[in-house]
Amino acid sequence: MTTTTSFAVDVPAVNVHGVSRIFAARKGPGVTALDDVSLTVAPGEFVSLIGPSGCGKSTLLRLIADLDVPTSGRIEVFGKPARQARIDQDYGIAFQQAGLLPWRTVAGNIELPLELHGVGKAARRRRAAELIALVGLSDFAAHFPDQLSGGMQQRVAIARSLAESPSLLLMDEPFGALDEMTRERMQNELVRICAETQAAVVFVTHSIPEAVFLSNRVVVLEPRPGRIRSIVSVGLGAPSGRGEDLREDEGFFRSLSEVRDLLHGDEAAGASPAGARGVETR
Amino acid sequence: MRRDAHVHPRLRGGLFGLAGLVLLALIWELYKALGPVDGVVIGTLTVLPRTTDLAMPHLWVMFDRLFEPVTGAASALPLWQAVSQGSLFTLGIAAVGWLVGVTVGLALALLMQRFRLAESAILPWIILSQTVPLIAIAPLVRRWGAQIQFGDFTWESWMSVALIASYLAFFPVSIGALRGLASPDANHVDLMHCYAVGWWKTLWRLRLPASVGYLLPALRLAAVSAVVGSVVAEVSIGLRGGIGRLIVEYAGAAGNDPGKPWAPIFGSILVGLVAAGFVGLIGLFLRRFRRGEASA
Amino acid sequence: MRTAQPGLVQTVLAPIVFGVAVILLWQGLVTGLAIKAFILPAPFAIGAEFAGNLNNVAGGMAVTGRNSLIGLVIGALIGIALAIVAALARLLDEMAAPIVAALSVVPIVALAPVLYTMFGAGAETARQLVAALAVFVPVYFNTLKGLRQVRPVDRDLMRAYAVTSWQATRAVTLPTALPFVFTGLRIASSLAVISALIAEYFGGPVGGLGKSITSAASSSNYGLAWAYVLGSIILGLAFYCAALIVEKLVTRRSGG
Ligand SMILES: Nc1ncnc2c1ncn2[C@@H]1O[C@H](COP(=O)(O)OP(=O)(O)OP(=O)(O)O)[C@@H](O)[C@H]1O
Ligand SMILES: [Mg+2]
Repeated sequence: MTTTTSFAVDVPAVNVHGVSRIFAARKGPGVTALDDVSLTVAPGEFVSLIGPSGCGKSTLLRLIADLDVPTSGRIEVFGKPARQARIDQDYGIAFQQAGLLPWRTVAGNIELPLELHGVGKAARRRRAAELIALVGLSDFAAHFPDQLSGGMQQRVAIARSLAESPSLLLMDEPFGALDEMTRERMQNELVRICAETQAAVVFVTHSIPEAVFLSNRVVVLEPRPGRIRSIVSVGLGAPSGRGEDLREDEGFFRSLSEVRDLLHGDEAAGASPAGARGVETR
Repeated sequence: MRRDAHVHPRLRGGLFGLAGLVLLALIWELYKALGPVDGVVIGTLTVLPRTTDLAMPHLWVMFDRLFEPVTGAASALPLWQAVSQGSLFTLGIAAVGWLVGVTVGLALALLMQRFRLAESAILPWIILSQTVPLIAIAPLVRRWGAQIQFGDFTWESWMSVALIASYLAFFPVSIGALRGLASPDANHVDLMHCYAVGWWKTLWRLRLPASVGYLLPALRLAAVSAVVGSVVAEVSIGLRGGIGRLIVEYAGAAGNDPGKPWAPIFGSILVGLVAAGFVGLIGLFLRRFRRGEASA
Repeated sequence: MRTAQPGLVQTVLAPIVFGVAVILLWQGLVTGLAIKAFILPAPFAIGAEFAGNLNNVAGGMAVTGRNSLIGLVIGALIGIALAIVAALARLLDEMAAPIVAALSVVPIVALAPVLYTMFGAGAETARQLVAALAVFVPVYFNTLKGLRQVRPVDRDLMRAYAVTSWQATRAVTLPTALPFVFTGLRIASSLAVISALIAEYFGGPVGGLGKSITSAASSSNYGLAWAYVLGSIILGLAFYCAALIVEKLVTRRSGG
């Protein structure tokens, strides 16, 4: 495994060590969603997971979040077992669906994790106001989710995942449901937010440009069984320096075609003709 | 009916409803005027009712009768007042039955939500018992009164009635609540798991609020069932004071006082409407928890 | 956290074990605490009484069952017919909606006594009408819901084909609505039995299950009364299962 990274690796944010996850079936051998996957994410590092549909990206993310347990192998988050990290609230999470509670206002939704963990009312209010400003929804704090557009809902979900200032963010296709324009704006905002909060991010996506634009490293997975095919280091500099013009940069295009070639490799080899269909290469 | 936030369509609905009622009244009076006195009889079977003043009194007879005294006795109350008292009495018993039924139903739903095994074991029986006329046992709890005593506590007849009412009320609540408690998205449940909160907090913050949309119709059904149960149980247990008893009592007067039996029927309709309206009021207070129903 | 799918053993065995346990507990409590029969007879005693009076109970079931069936048919026919009219004519729908909504929250059985006077106290008509009214409500609501279920795209398709409204009804509306109608009928089937039975508590001729329960109870023959209760449970189940089977057959055929 190539771990070329400019970050100091003392205690990694995430350490996935030889993890397999096999879903047992009633009949038959079951599905090997992940097979002996190892991955390290340094503090403050942005890592994207990309690969054809069904290659185990969500599964890996859910394992790190302790929403599921590996069949074998071990996962550490900030040096602790994943379960302990979840109990200690070491990470924030956002899913493809915004998943806001419809009966709570924008502010109420962002306050939810704080409320559940016993943060006082005044502190909660303050933090929510901060985050709402961060995602640019100050005029909508008292709105209910059904009064917001999809992109706005997703921004609220991201604000919610940041509520407890986690040093690790787990995101499963958070922009999957958005149109291209909103998506690019949200990507820019995410870059800005990560620069501000210094959080490590594990980011699942189907979009190659998105992965390359956002990440320090792009992890390319292959399906059945789910394995890491390769890891591409994107040498585009610190996220704080990334702007809209980066999308026109030559290094950007080089990494883009590198990831694309890796993804399409199996198609050329004829291993899995339908495999790459789940990935957008635009 | 479309539920809009505006008052206008609701007013419209009310007007049309009124028109419907007037139409019903017209049909009643028209049939009474034009229909055969002995009804429409095919073979020995009466298919359409008799139109005599005794069988089908004029609507104004029913109405006027409300403001006359119950009986010829000097101390008798006006009929509407006696019926109101009976209605209130029944409403009270139904309310007790409803409360008990809702509590038991919710408790059962929570138990089933918490333990899969409990759901597998109990749910089929709950569904099964909803399909059978268990109200048939109403006459059989009659003798519970005065026979059951624990220390100072004496089982009274009205408690038997409330018991039957609660018995009918708990089915819809347990089914509706169970469905509602299971209704949150997997997404939301995962989120709660990520927040490392326990079952109770998840219940309070997620499952209960999410279940409101399922619970309200169930509560309304429970209220209606509690009223029906109270009326029927009053009749079959023979409890005095309620509307059920008045229905049977005044029915005996039909022979010479045709307007009288209708008064407690209007009373029971009122009790049903008030009970359903009360649940509607609860729904008004819980409006924000039903926001999700239209959108995601 | 709960597992995803319960096993077959759990879905079948658990309720049976639970049911048997409750019956045994009931039997044990009644004999153990010497509970008097007028409060609650033991289940085996009820079973014995049921077997001993099979003819009487079956007779009661026949009378009440016939009333329920006639009520079910009348109520269902009127409910479906009115729902179709309401779906076609908005005016009628708007006039009927509040009345049917009110009808669904009032104790319909309260009408039994005046129906006895209108149709004659010696006939079963009043009970059948009470059952029919109770049946009417869910059938009307569900049918109307089904008729409204037709997707706009199908309707547009029909308009594009320029078919007559009757053809459109047959090709699109009916198949879509049918499953809803049968769901309504399934709910109504239990209501028919319950209503026909409790209408007997409000007067009318003897012979049905309801009257038999009251008369057995008033002559302190509690075992017999509970045997009649068992009979009404069986009757209710029979109606429900019949409706369920018909519903399953229809929805399978129409691919719903
Ligand atoms: N709960 C589960 N039970 C059984 N099999 C599962 C479960 N979750 C995932 N799988 C299987 O594991 C494999 C990987 O699934 P996963 O959801 O991780 O894919 P993914 O890479 O996220 O795909 P997508 O890009 O479509 O979201 C799939 O073959 C899927 O069928
Ligand atoms: Mg996925």
